[in-house]
Amino acid sequence: MLKIDNLHATVGDTEILRGLSLEVNAGEIHAIMGPNGAGKSTLAYVLGGRPGYEVIAGTVSFMGQDLLAMEPHERAAAGLFLGFQYPVEIPGVSNVQFLREAANAQRKGRGEEPLSGGEFLKLAKEKAALLKLDMEMLKRNVNVGFSGGEKKRAEMVQMGILDPRLAVLDETDSGLDIDALKTVGEGINAIMRSPDKGVLLITHYQRLLDYVKPDYVHVLSKGRIVKTGNAELALDLEREGYDEVIAA
Amino acid sequence: MSQAALLPTRRDEAWRYSDTDALGTLAPGRLDAWRNIDVGAGEQLVETLVLDGSDPVALDRLRVTIGEGGHFALFALVIGGDLGRLEVEVSLAEGAHFELGGVTLGGGETTREIVTKVDHGQPGATSNQVVRSVHWGKSAGNFLGQIEVARHAQKTDAGQSFKGLLLERGASVNSVPQLEIFADDVKCAHGAAIGQLDEQAGFYMAARGLPPETARRLMVQAFIGDAFVAMVDDEAREAMTERALEQLEARL
Repeated sequence: MLKIDNLHATVGDTEILRGLSLEVNAGEIHAIMGPNGAGKSTLAYVLGGRPGYEVIAGTVSFMGQDLLAMEPHERAAAGLFLGFQYPVEIPGVSNVQFLREAANAQRKGRGEEPLSGGEFLKLAKEKAALLKLDMEMLKRNVNVGFSGGEKKRAEMVQMGILDPRLAVLDETDSGLDIDALKTVGEGINAIMRSPDKGVLLITHYQRLLDYVKPDYVHVLSKGRIVKTGNAELALDLEREGYDEVIAA
Repeated sequence: MSQAALLPTRRDEAWRYSDTDALGTLAPGRLDAWRNIDVGAGEQLVETLVLDGSDPVALDRLRVTIGEGGHFALFALVIGGDLGRLEVEVSLAEGAHFELGGVTLGGGETTREIVTKVDHGQPGATSNQVVRSVHWGKSAGNFLGQIEVARHAQKTDAGQSFKGLLLERGASVNSVPQLEIFADDVKCAHGAAIGQLDEQAGFYMAARGLPPETARRLMVQAFIGDAFVAMVDDEAREAMTERALEQLEARL
């Protein structure tokens, strides 16, 4: 589904990703962990196509297509969802309008019929209930006045509505209290745990992985993957720290 | 005397950022044509205006008097002409209210402007003006807003808010608030801000699948929305917004 090969990327003049390779197959959940500055968020932004994140070498294929040749909105239409560490506020645009336009732009990109207002609202209600987010919140402007936890739950509602093939979730667990973490974890499972979908979970901490069990855990350090293991590796990291595990 | 001698120039304060060259195409006497609107005591009136079209000048000049406790709301789109100009002079009686929601949009080499003069000559009157300007190409959007508060016009409450959104380098907006206040117990607030489309919001929208032109339309819609917030009639508000966005898309 996603194949990253020898990826090098710069932000400004600094090379952040230095030969990163990774393959995510359908049905798999991968966690990427690593210390601050390892390049975790850069990886997410490069995959999403954020301006200012420049790929200088390497390839990324997604569902058999050259991901790096696609515009950010085309990547979304192809089935890539980027969950933001800091979801952006958009004053004056309601969640409902934003998400309906987004869903229909993606459908159009795939040659599908647009959702009617009624169909969209039914879908939005269902996903909001899944993430225990009050439907009234979705009538408000995108992320404006939302608490940190509400923003993250709203991200997952967006993911549920847009129904991607691959979710790249950048520290979706940050800013969540214990209950919200459980809700978000269960939401990720409900939406993305499927034989034809994949997840790349980027996180600092092991705690989200209690709810979303990864098939693989990778340790990212200095722009490369230095260690790969199963869910046990995340527990080792939590117990021993990155330095110890990276050195081992 | 030739008409040219009578035409305003950019030395005139109210025409400082205007395209006075375009005025030469006007029929003689056109500049003297003011429309009078009289709102009686206690009356309420709402007017919507769209200054559009491809004539060199799209001009409307209004002289408004609002009687005691009267209420006049004007919602306007200035989207036409090489020079599009809406001029409004308002005289408020005691306890009267004037509401303006104005939007200028333009590209190319056009100038689109709103020029107001609000005369708070009596006590207890209120006015609120919200103008949003969205420009691209080498176009200019201007808001010149003069407020006069007479010495005995206590308890006046006058507000002005202007924001400009520049979609491309080369476009400009100008705001000239001019407050002349001779009373001491008054509230006069004015604010002006100029910005560009938020890149972070643009990428966020793209990451959810919105093509750049759709993202831009949504952001412009949100931006100009402030000017029409005070429109009570939902359908009229949607129609005005839609008309503005059509103009934006036609010129993208």
